[in-house]
This record gives sequence, structure tokens and C-alpha cells, in this order.
Amino acid sequence: MKETDDILLRASSAERLAADDLLALGSCRDLTALAACADRARLRHNPDRIVTYVVGRNVNYTNVCWVRCRFCAFYRAPGSSEGYVLTRDELRSKVREMIAEGGVELLMQGGLNPALDLAWYESLFRDLKAEFGPSGLILHALSPAEVIYIARRARIGITEALKRLKDAGLDSIPGGGAEILTERVRQEIAPLKTGADEWLDCMRQAHLLGIPTTATMMYGSVDTWEDRVEHLLRVRGLQDETGGFTAFILWPFQPDGTALAQMRGGETGLVKAGAYDYLRTLAISRIALDNVPHFQVSWVTQGPRIAQIALGYGADDFGSTMMEENVVSAAGCTYRVGAREIERLIRAAGYEPRRRNTRYEIIGSRA
Amino acid sequence: MGDANESWRLLSTTLRDPALRGIAEKVAACRRLDAADGQLLYETDDLTGVGALANSVRQRLHGPRVWYVRNQHINYTNVCNKQCRFCSFAANIGRGGPAPYSMSPDDVRAALLRYSDAPITEVHIVGGIDPRLPYSYYLDLLAAVRSVRPDVQTKAFTAVELDQIASVAGKPLPEVLAELREAGLSAVPGGGAEVLSDRVHRLLHPCKLTPDEWLDVARAIADAKLTQYATMLYGHVETVEERVEHLIRLRDLQDETGHFVAFTPLSFHPEGTGLEHLPGPTAMDDLRAIAVARLMLDNIPHIKTFWIMNTPEVSQVALWCGADDMDGTVEEYRITFAEGRSGEVRQALSADAMEELIREAGLTPVERDGVYREVTR
Repeated sequence: MKETDDILLRASSAERLAADDLLALGSCRDLTALAACADRARLRHNPDRIVTYVVGRNVNYTNVCWVRCRFCAFYRAPGSSEGYVLTRDELRSKVREMIAEGGVELLMQGGLNPALDLAWYESLFRDLKAEFGPSGLILHALSPAEVIYIARRARIGITEALKRLKDAGLDSIPGGGAEILTERVRQEIAPLKTGADEWLDCMRQAHLLGIPTTATMMYGSVDTWEDRVEHLLRVRGLQDETGGFTAFILWPFQPDGTALAQMRGGETGLVKAGAYDYLRTLAISRIALDNVPHFQVSWVTQGPRIAQIALGYGADDFGSTMMEENVVSAAGCTYRVGAREIERLIRAAGYEPRRRNTRYEIIGSRA
Repeated sequence: MGDANESWRLLSTTLRDPALRGIAEKVAACRRLDAADGQLLYETDDLTGVGALANSVRQRLHGPRVWYVRNQHINYTNVCNKQCRFCSFAANIGRGGPAPYSMSPDDVRAALLRYSDAPITEVHIVGGIDPRLPYSYYLDLLAAVRSVRPDVQTKAFTAVELDQIASVAGKPLPEVLAELREAGLSAVPGGGAEVLSDRVHRLLHPCKLTPDEWLDVARAIADAKLTQYATMLYGHVETVEERVEHLIRLRDLQDETGHFVAFTPLSFHPEGTGLEHLPGPTAMDDLRAIAVARLMLDNIPHIKTFWIMNTPEVSQVALWCGADDMDGTVEEYRITFAEGRSGEVRQALSADAMEELIREAGLTPVERDGVYREVTR
């Protein structure tokens, strides 16, 4: 018997896989066997034939960022004439539009902008919550890199900063900026960014304060399967400790317009990882993370077709309707999918669509 | 055999829908599936299981090899008197559709010269049914290809066109086929079968060949010792029973003739057709169409995924759901347009990109010609 068959059989009977096993799966080319095994894992967490999604809006409040990650085509350095910070009124009108569409989740992330301090965020969150809290607004905002920077600028600890942001209205934290949680990869693609330990520790503090978060993985830049496995195991380890991760989301590095693609020789050097690699990495991640309840598809990077297919590879959630996307679209990725289309795709895949909130509780109406 | 058994154990333990186990046993024993099996494969919600079963058959037949062809498509006219409701290609200015165009043999020659640098091995020619075109026109088209590309195979004229050509020639079909062959025809594309069901025929394309007539033309093609491709246009008004019936009718004919080399499920694209109100198939339907075809058509060697309709991404996944052929580099195509690129005739996937997609999927690209001979360069 092939080694990987044995591993897949063990995983199918709910055995937790060790690093060696996962590394071996990293070289398993059999997409359908991985799918079947990941589907089993999905069923253990979500045995009903339902797929959830959230109606929400993605807002990038600023593109000014001094971190200069080499995989990013979205940021503008401080002082750039193309830098922006959305005004309070612009942000309010975006939220108003979201609420009008029946949306609840505001996913708000930006850059590490030296012009914005803790007080700016606190007052923004308070205002938004005062105006839209009664309509059900959930603030799913600020990745760990932003939280850590805000704390540092305020010369307070991360826990203290998280407490104050939570008091101001922060409900939940998106798992962005994890990229690959190994020092080797971070050194190469984002040397100035939050380290792996810092990212994990920020999430640990958030979980301890009762703030749920997601976790992400951006693969396909300079990472090997050793790196991917280490990333998955670090997320699994923290989840064992806190149970605070609601969902895992992965997507491939989008090379267009990034420094990393140029350093590697433009188009020929780093090519965008394809659908096959996405589905395989999704399935292996679902198998590895036996303690994370939900997996989102990444229709933003994969498009609605592969996103629908991903429902058979371990994903049980279609993510957010987004309304706008500015980060990966800066790197050449421009899909748009509304609630109605999301529901059609879910139904055509043989599942019942259900709307959820950021805590993955099923809520009200349908498209 | 031990290895196969163990992999089999993995496959059968991972089938989520227990109803698929009976089919899995038949597939393992290389036994033919019946109509009830086909129905179940279309209706189970365990698409992963269906894909895995189809993949085991693909692997048995082709191992890691995935075929593709360097080819060029020519759509010589969009003038057509058939008025099929699923079509957005036919000229139809009166109802806001495309303007009519026709290519003369010289235009065809020029189109071929546009890509004279590309080392193609196949020219794929199909068009509408323009009753004004004389028999000589079709012979001239073949002569035009021969003059520019003497070494390629010409895959041309669906069964529907061949029926028209025979009628305008005023000769029996076998005689016409022999003459076209003489002029350079080497294979016949699979279009025009749509769904081999009298009900669908009546509803959507009553002016075209009936299912029985289509099968008769296919028999004549086999008798003329020409290779033929087969297709099914799915995802409009047809029922699951009708899809299964279509596959079984093709399979029965193939038992008789053995002349079909490949089957391509064609995903219906509603934009601009008389059936625009329909949602059209999703990617899951596209994968299932490929998987079920692989499992039901045990006597047709190749199952193709057509990347213009399915997208290159979904086609890559289809290679693990029963497909062993990525079709061609195409260059230009006027019948269906990639999503969001309506009217952009230039639709090409380079051989390098094709090979890269196949390799990334862990499989081995093999270039073929129009009749599935391996091309070595």
C-alpha cells in the first residue's frame, strides 16, 4: 500500500496527523483521494448539508503602510501621493450601504499607517457602533499586525490595546497577515512585518479576552510543504490552547505588481499557483486542522467556479459577499459574487445555503 | 494487483454515499454500468465520490498521460437556417444577435496564414447551415487548408453540416464522404448531436437532424472509415434521464462502429441565446458531466474537457474527475466566448500554458494530432 493511502485511511478514521504524515500528504498528487478525506473531516465538524455565508462588506480604511511586504500590490508608502485614509463620512456611508443590503459584517483592514493612533480607532469604532449597532453591525477588524502596531504606538501592551478596542466596539479579528508562520518565509517575503510568534501571541491574547478570530494562510510564494505544515501545526497548537479560531481561510500569493514577483524575474519567476494546488492545499489543511470548526472558500482569488468545487474539498463556508475588494484586486484578481449567486452555487453543489454572522451562528433571511 | 486492491480499499472507504458502492464494485470489475447507474451518478450529492470513481477509470486507461493538440479553429460562417434555441452564434440581427459573416476559401487561407508560425497538427472547421453555399464551396475549403497546411489533419463538418452538404451536392452521403475524404477530410467533429432525445429535439432544435438521423449519419461516417468525435450539450432543458439515454445511445453505436475517439461534454452558456432565462450549469455540473461520461462510456477512449467552456481552472480539476484530454490551443473561436469576454474572437491557450496546467496537476502532458497519434518534436 502506498504510504499516503495509509495516512488518508488513518485521517478518515479521525486520527490526528503528525508533521511527518502531513508532509507526506504534501507530495500526494491524488486530488480525489484528498478530497474524499477532507470531506470526511468537514462532515465531522458540520454534518448537516448546509453551507454558510455572511452578508458583509470589505473596507480598506487606508492603503498607507510602512511595512512594504514584497507580496503586496496594495500598499503605498507614507508620503506617497497615492496614499489614502477614508474619512469618517466615507466609512459611514459604506456601512450604511452594507446595512441597506442586509449586511452585518464589516471586515475592516488597512495598513500600518503612522498617522492613525489608538484614539482614532476607538472613536471610529464607537461612532460606527453607536450609529449602526442597533442594525446589527459586527466589527470584524484589524489584523494582528495592525493591533500590534496600534499598541506599540500607544506604548501599551497588546492585551491592553485589545481591551480598549473591544470596549470601543471591536467584535472579532480577521486572521490576515499570517502569510506563512515560519521565520524563514517571513524573512524573505515580509522582513519588517510582525513575526510568527507575535502573530500567534496577539491571537492568543484576543482569544483569552473572548474575541474570536479567524486564521489564514497565504501559500505559494517562496514556501515549501515543510513551511506549510509548520504553519498548520502552529495554528493547530494555538487552537488546542484557546479554541478561539472560528475558521481557516487560505489563498495563493497573487504575484501581479508585487516586488516579490519582480525580484524573482517577473512573470517567469513566480507563477500564480493554480486551481489544483489550491484544492490540494485546502484539502490537506482541512485534514490537518482537526480542531478548527469552519473552512472558508476563497472566491476572491479562485473565482466562483473553483470556490464552488472547493465545497467538496473540505470547505463549509462561502465567506463574505464583500461588496468591494481592494487588496488582491490590486494584484490582478477581480471576481465579484453577490448573495443570490452564492446561494445558487451552494444549492447547485447539493447544499442548503444559510446566512451566518461572524460567530458562525445561523441568522435570518435569504437572498 | 495488491496495490490496486489497497487503493481500492481507500476509494471504497471514502465513498460518502453508500448507494455508490454497487457502482464502485462494477467499476472495479470493469463491468458495464446501466441506465439506473447513470441516473444515480447524476443524482447523488457525493460528487467527490463520482469524481474519484471516474478518476480510477481514467487512471486505468491513461495512467498519468493527458493529451492535448495544437490546433486552429475556423468557423466559416454564422449564417444558419436551423434556429436552434440554445445558440448565440448564428447571425440574427433582427433580434439583436450577431451580424452575418461568411468566409470565402481565400479568407480561410488568410486565417490559417495568420498563425502560420504555430506548429499545429489539426484544423477544426465548423459553421452554420447556409443553404446558398454550393457543394464546391466545401471542397474549396478543404483545398484551402491543404494548400496552406498540407501536413495537418482536417477535422471538419459536423453530422448536421454533412447532411446539408450531401443534400446540396445531390448525391448520396457515402459518395460525398468519399469525395470529402479525397479532398482532405480526416475526422468529423462531434457537434450537432446536442441531446439525443426526441423531446429535446422538438423543443430546441426541430429544424436539425433528429436523433435517429444523427446516428445514421454517424454510421455513414464510420462506414467511410473516418474518425468521429462525440459531444453532448447539457445544462438547458434536458432531464437526467435524457442525458443518460444520450450516453447509452452513443455507447450502443460505438459497440457497433468503434469509430468514436473522444467524447466532450459541452456546457451550455445561456448568454445571448433563446434560453437566456436559464441559469446555466455550474462548475460542479461541468465536473459531473465529465465524470459520468467517463464512467458510462466504457468504449470511448478519451474524455475531453473543453477549456473555453469550462475555463482552464476547472479543466485542470477535471483531469482528476475523468478527463484525459485538454483539447486544443484553438487560436480563434466564435461559437462560445469565455465568461466576461463576449465577442473576443481571439481565444487561445498556448501549448506551454497547457503543459504547465497539466504538470501542475501532477500529470504528464502528451501532444497528439487530430486522430490521437502522439506527436514527437
